[in-house]
Amino acid sequence: MSVSPLKRLLWVLAFVAPLAAATDPGIEVLHRERSLYRNIFVYEEEGLRCMSFSRTRTARQSCVSLAEPGKLVFNYARLMMAALYLNAAPQRILILGLGGGTLPTAFQRLFPSAAIDAVEIDSAVVRVARKFFAFEPGPDTRVFEEDGRVFVKRMQRKSAKYDLIVLDAFDHEYIPEHMLTREFLLEVKSLLADRGVLAANTFSVSKLYDHESATYYSVFGDFFGLKQNNRVILWRSGGLLAKSDIVRNADLLETKLAPFGVDKTWLLPQIEVEHGWPPATRLLTDQFSPSNLLNGPH
Amino acid sequence: MPPARQLLTYLIAGWSGYYVMAIELLSGRILAPNFGNSIYVWGGIITVFMVALSVGYLVGGQLSVFAPTQGKLAALLLAAAAATLPIVIVGEPVLDWIFNRVHDPRYASLLASSTLFFVPTAVSGMVSPYAVRLLATNLRATGRSAGLLFFVSTFGSAAGTILTSFYMVLWFEINQIFIGMIVISALIGLATLGFRDVRVAA
Repeated sequence: MSVSPLKRLLWVLAFVAPLAAATDPGIEVLHRERSLYRNIFVYEEEGLRCMSFSRTRTARQSCVSLAEPGKLVFNYARLMMAALYLNAAPQRILILGLGGGTLPTAFQRLFPSAAIDAVEIDSAVVRVARKFFAFEPGPDTRVFEEDGRVFVKRMQRKSAKYDLIVLDAFDHEYIPEHMLTREFLLEVKSLLADRGVLAANTFSVSKLYDHESATYYSVFGDFFGLKQNNRVILWRSGGLLAKSDIVRNADLLETKLAPFGVDKTWLLPQIEVEHGWPPATRLLTDQFSPSNLLNGPH
Repeated sequence: MPPARQLLTYLIAGWSGYYVMAIELLSGRILAPNFGNSIYVWGGIITVFMVALSVGYLVGGQLSVFAPTQGKLAALLLAAAAATLPIVIVGEPVLDWIFNRVHDPRYASLLASSTLFFVPTAVSGMVSPYAVRLLATNLRATGRSAGLLFFVSTFGSAAGTILTSFYMVLWFEINQIFIGMIVISALIGLATLGFRDVRVAA
């Protein structure tokens, strides 16, 4: 009996592929769930507990260290903390995109009297954050299960103001396109109090990068861009701080931030005003926002 | 009906299919700034489009009973195009108005999609049954022409879906896509009206 190579390949795939996925060595899957918006995996690997929206390691949303639960595992989360160098004591904090709740948990510890609003579209993510990532909203923390853009618009109508706004609603592979437009950023800007700071987690590769830079610049003017695997954009209402003020805040916060693995000698040199995208780069707007197509393979 | 005129009827049905799906896809984009991208926003959109199409089929079938002509079919296309204009012109203030008054996001998005998209979709839905009547000249061939017409209009829908979502949004602004489609509808409609109308055999 002869079997065509294609058929043989299909057989192999049919049997081996699911097994391979299920028995990835070194990974212990604690929880898997199909939510309304995505697949959620919680697993432990190399001393980390991670939340992921697909089975690949690059898709990790949020990780905590089992040995040092307070420590920020991801570079981008540590970059986000540089926002505090621009405003050292935010009292009203808004976080769009919850993940494992790493950032709200950190802010609760850092600023026990701060009022924190965390917005997450997927109620399953909120549940998983509480159950597996020790996310416990304190008395002044509110969790809203709704679309981030709708929340921002609603708060704008109420003239709400925040001292710190964190944009962290993006997946490694999917961007809510209505949350990466000039109009959205203008709405976010209107929620910033005087001297309020915006910290946005953005992409650092792909065609999207220049569009994103140009769009942020069109709304905010000069901003700081801190680059690791991701890029974190920082901006302060009322003018970016001078380097000397940033260093002073970093000194003030050094012992407070140490438990989170945030270290000023690593962070300070990265705080630079960003330039250098082509001048005619098309802005992302509510009318033109193919962010996922631009972020795709090229 | 001469073959060239039959072809025109199929063209109108195919374009109408394209039109409906392109609008449906873009409607998600139009609602997102006010109502987000949650699953219920899409639920509201799809519900409204389905109800509008079903009403359109019903009314289109009824209209086809009374002295059907190709000119009237073209008028349906023009009417759908005209009913799309408000989306471009007053879309934003209408959505803001609803956002400020209706706070349950489900009913807000349902109301928003009804207000903006129901009429153009319903009128577009009238095209297919009306076209079937124009093509049905003898009883034996009715099923065949209906089948071919559904093929053309649904294929048009598929084309409208893929071209809009893969390419058009990458090249154009949403309003530019709308204006472009309105212009195409107007051209097809007016060209059809330019033909001297022939009454279809009873």
